[in-house]
Amino acid sequence: MTTEVGPETEVKKESEQLGADAANEKHEEATESQENQKSEKTLSEEAQSSPSSPALATQSSPSSQKKEKDPSEGKGISRFIPPWLKKQKSYSLVEPKDEAKKKPVEERQAMEERESQLPEEVAEPKGNLEEATIESQQEAKADDKEEEKHSVSSADTQPAKEDSKEIGVEKVADEQEEKQKVEEKRETKEVQTAEIKMEKAPQKAPKKIKTVPCKVMLLDGTEYSCDLEKRAKGQVLFDKVCEQLNLLEKDYFGLLLRDNSDQKNWLDSSKEIKRQIRSLPWIFTFNVKFYPPDPSQLTEDITRYFLCLQLRQDIASGRLPCSFVTHALLGSYALQAELGDYDSEEHNNHYISEFQFAPNQTKEMEDKVVELHKTHRGLTPAQADSHFLENAKRLSMYGVDLHHAKDSEGVDIMLGVCANGLLIYKDRLRINRFAWPKILKISYKRSNFYIKVRPAELEQFESTIGFKLPNHRAAKRLWKVCVEHHTFYRLISPEQPPKAKFLTLGSKFRYSGRTQAQTRQASNLIDRPAPYFERTSSKRVSRSLDGAPVGITDQSLLRDFSAATVGPTGDMVFDDEAVGQTTLKNGEGRDEDGSPTKIQQLKLTQDEKSSHETLNVVEEKKQAEVGIEETVVIDEINRGTIQAVTDAGESRKVEHLSKKDSSSLSSDSSSSSESEDEVVGEYQPHHRAAEDIIREEQEENEDAKRMPKECATKVIQSVETIQEGSKVTVNQTQVTAKALSQENAVAIKTGEKNVMEEGKQDLRAEDEEEQLRINGDVSHVDIDVVPQIICCSEPPVVKTEMVTISDATQRTEISTKEVPIVQTETKTITYESPQFDGSAGGDAGVLLSAQTITSESVSTTTTTHITKTVKGGVSETRIEKRIVITGDADIDHDQALAQAIKEAKEQHPDMSVTRVVVHKETELAEEGEE
Amino acid sequence: MAGLSSFGRYTHAVVRSLPDSLGAPATGDGAGPAEPVDLAKAHRQYGVYTGILRQKLGLQVIELPADEGLPRSVLVEDAAVIQGDTALVTRPWEPARRGEISSIKKVLEELKMRVVEVTDDGATLDGSDVLFTGREFFVGISKWTNHRGAEMVADTFRDFAVSTVPVAGSSHLKSFCSMAGPDTVAIGSSEAAKKAMRTMEQLTDHHYDTLTVPDDPAGNCVYVRLGPKGSALLHRSPEEFPNSLQPFQKLADLTLIPAACSEVAKLGGALSSCSLLINKKLDR
Repeated sequence: MTTEVGPETEVKKESEQLGADAANEKHEEATESQENQKSEKTLSEEAQSSPSSPALATQSSPSSQKKEKDPSEGKGISRFIPPWLKKQKSYSLVEPKDEAKKKPVEERQAMEERESQLPEEVAEPKGNLEEATIESQQEAKADDKEEEKHSVSSADTQPAKEDSKEIGVEKVADEQEEKQKVEEKRETKEVQTAEIKMEKAPQKAPKKIKTVPCKVMLLDGTEYSCDLEKRAKGQVLFDKVCEQLNLLEKDYFGLLLRDNSDQKNWLDSSKEIKRQIRSLPWIFTFNVKFYPPDPSQLTEDITRYFLCLQLRQDIASGRLPCSFVTHALLGSYALQAELGDYDSEEHNNHYISEFQFAPNQTKEMEDKVVELHKTHRGLTPAQADSHFLENAKRLSMYGVDLHHAKDSEGVDIMLGVCANGLLIYKDRLRINRFAWPKILKISYKRSNFYIKVRPAELEQFESTIGFKLPNHRAAKRLWKVCVEHHTFYRLISPEQPPKAKFLTLGSKFRYSGRTQAQTRQASNLIDRPAPYFERTSSKRVSRSLDGAPVGITDQSLLRDFSAATVGPTGDMVFDDEAVGQTTLKNGEGRDEDGSPTKIQQLKLTQDEKSSHETLNVVEEKKQAEVGIEETVVIDEINRGTIQAVTDAGESRKVEHLSKKDSSSLSSDSSSSSESEDEVVGEYQPHHRAAEDIIREEQEENEDAKRMPKECATKVIQSVETIQEGSKVTVNQTQVTAKALSQENAVAIKTGEKNVMEEGKQDLRAEDEEEQLRINGDVSHVDIDVVPQIICCSEPPVVKTEMVTISDATQRTEISTKEVPIVQTETKTITYESPQFDGSAGGDAGVLLSAQTITSESVSTTTTTHITKTVKGGVSETRIEKRIVITGDADIDHDQALAQAIKEAKEQHPDMSVTRVVVHKETELAEEGEE
Repeated sequence: MAGLSSFGRYTHAVVRSLPDSLGAPATGDGAGPAEPVDLAKAHRQYGVYTGILRQKLGLQVIELPADEGLPRSVLVEDAAVIQGDTALVTRPWEPARRGEISSIKKVLEELKMRVVEVTDDGATLDGSDVLFTGREFFVGISKWTNHRGAEMVADTFRDFAVSTVPVAGSSHLKSFCSMAGPDTVAIGSSEAAKKAMRTMEQLTDHHYDTLTVPDDPAGNCVYVRLGPKGSALLHRSPEEFPNSLQPFQKLADLTLIPAACSEVAKLGGALSSCSLLINKKLDR
């Protein structure tokens, strides 16, 4: 078939065309290639049909007419295309290319009309193929996409998705055509143009997905790169990497942020990456985070292999000090694992110097290594690794994470965090040690790090020992590492019993992964045939051994390979032999997952697992799970979110967050409570310091306050998830904007009130509200798309004075500007009574109770949030209502709003209205038509 | 690496004959024997001691000739710290004793040990301040050994944790403690000894059983693994410390071998001081 031959050359042409626009982002490339393929098709078809040019000519005149009509056609067409299409703001941007594109497509159409259905049949499998490619590249999204295919209503969103969508739509259109062509050709034309537009939009859309190129240095010295959604959490990347590595026992590992310092900053998997790393590109290092005290208890050889690689690095770099003899012994096991038995012919005198065993490798050491290598004859690689680990684990510095510090007298020391506790070194000498059971509390304040130690046998009093770290960040980092190590090695499950005396301080940070006990339990359940993997030494990737090309060439091979086809379960492939086995491996990977490798599903099940294992936090945990599930749902619904909007929303979000933060800070200063105060004090001085730091700290601050209520952390996390999810949702349906602004309003208000608990409630409220909205959305989307929304927070308005009128149009403008067809107008009006300001001025009250009630009717969603606080002896009840009115023009929004306010007033006759915020979004296009 | 199973397993012992100058005060600090040394008795005890090493413990004993210029050279333990194939030759606090090092170094090199020297001029280190438990080192920071000396130990034996233990007075760490088994520390009953023991317990990642003996000097004994099963403990004779015998008798599966070293003890020596025990695997 010509289609088979055509593609390659055509692709080139096409890519030349697109060359100018070509972006480095993979997604774009993917979509581009899709486009290419499509145009290939048409072009080759064109070629086929060229003999029959007369027919073409007749066809071309109407199409050119249409072309002229195009601009005006836009609006007319908009009536015919489903509403979700209207929101594609990329629409107009595509124009320049239209000219080039239209012809082929139209021609193709013409040809299709003439020729049988054959081209379509060709197109279909291709589409699938393309989808598959996308899927492999967008692993994380895999789930959504699947869902996407089922629901038609949610079309516009992320570009890659769009593409697959679009293909489907196109087909539908084609089919329509087939039918219509028999009857009327004009009609068909209209459909056609719509089709064309659809096709074009996605081409530009990729720019809107905010992905960030991301590199991870792997333990074998190779590099894994991928594109991550800008707001992706650390976990997403970590899971990707582990999947790439085919690693199941992953709890021992982590990703390190690569910053200029030699300090280890671990990527927090529960937080967004972009909030942890400031510089682009994102580069991480995959490393062992928790060294298993007994590697022989690891279930899989592949885990031990990665641990070995890490240790070889540690040793060669000098981080893990070894004696000469141990260097030699470990080196010899490494050789055995990689090269197999010593072969006097193969292994000449120089083979050894390609390996690095020690920071200062001497000839003497190499000789010793060779000598020992000879004695390992017969050991399999796995056995050699095991021997390696058995020896390495006994090294005194094995698994000790060192931090520079000074003692109370200003003497330079090192603090070593390990499985058993905290070690204090002066130079290389251990001068003190605090086992975890001996430590009652760990805290940090500014650049000081404190441990509170259980009284010794004959002593009565607990003592607190302070250390001075180079700076605040270092203190915090050390504190975090301590929390993590303690949790991982000492606790059964990550959650702490409410009254645990250990670690009752400040930051919200807790280790959220699995503990060693849990990971061991989990690995007991691993039931897959030992995965195949190729061993290699990080120290000699670039050199070839045994004459066979091992290094660079094969890496590039690997990269191409994985990029093109492998997808989620990609394995490390280093030579042809391995390639041959890849398919098998993939299959295996899937088997053990028990499901067709859907990352999100996987994640979910993991979460469930952890919640089962940790009994303490049932409630909150549940919420968290709901949150996650919710997110998934959202994604399903809204694959169509226009990314730029998301971004705007996002920045909003940040503002909103920071507002909350600052408010919580101020409350901190005024209200004091014992242990918290300490932490608070700690943060405040830094409030005015570098901005990046602030947010993190404030975050912690915020959460710190919630600590008394156990597991608040979890709640917060869940809320975060939900918020994110909802962000996506709302963006699309435009409910978002409103939701966000509501959040803002609330945030401001709470800022004036007692913040401590308020923030939490606020979050909860948002949480629920958002869940609600999500549900609402589901139905909205199904039924109709929301054209207008009026929302009102704080119900009764009678004698209100207008204090601020803020126009929140900017955000939406971003998206609307470029959309010729649909314009959305957003208005936010806030009515506030002055007394509100006066009374609220930073006086921190005590929260008595808080509750959130939500109700829903056909066109309105009401969230009622009631808080009772005591301020200066006077109790205050505050009710916030958020009413979301959604519906078509046939609903009188003003009336609905008035009704809602009236109802609220009736419900609470004894209360006064302090503020009303009206946020209104309208589609101008619709209005224009009216 | 020292497998735990090999702890206490030795093949060779390095000893040094008694010089007649034994009783003379050492040059420099004048840290001579507090009591006059009975030279004949000292020789007798030395003879018994080396006999035990040879016959009862089955070690190949390498005896260095006496050097009259080095009255304390019999205390060979101070001259080197040995673990596995590695020997750190020390830098004794007493300058007069630094002359003992060269011959020890020579013999260790002949034994194909990896010999490491103290390169730090500010470091002082006496071997009898270094307790190797099989799992880690404790270095007494004493009159004789300073922090930098301890660092040398840490530098040389990088596989192991090296912890420092303050030792008061003119004692060495091993003046009152030693290993009485793979996981057993024999310790004297003085306050200083107890304190040191507490420090060690605080610093270690492992758990050691303690065998407390009434007399501090009796806390220094020599544990030697004889074969696959048997092991022996060389301890101070009941004649010297009658009360300390009983605790040792509580140790099971152990051949107790009493030995006296009252004369060397007058120089600050102990049972362990008079030999350097080496495990030289000849099969490699």
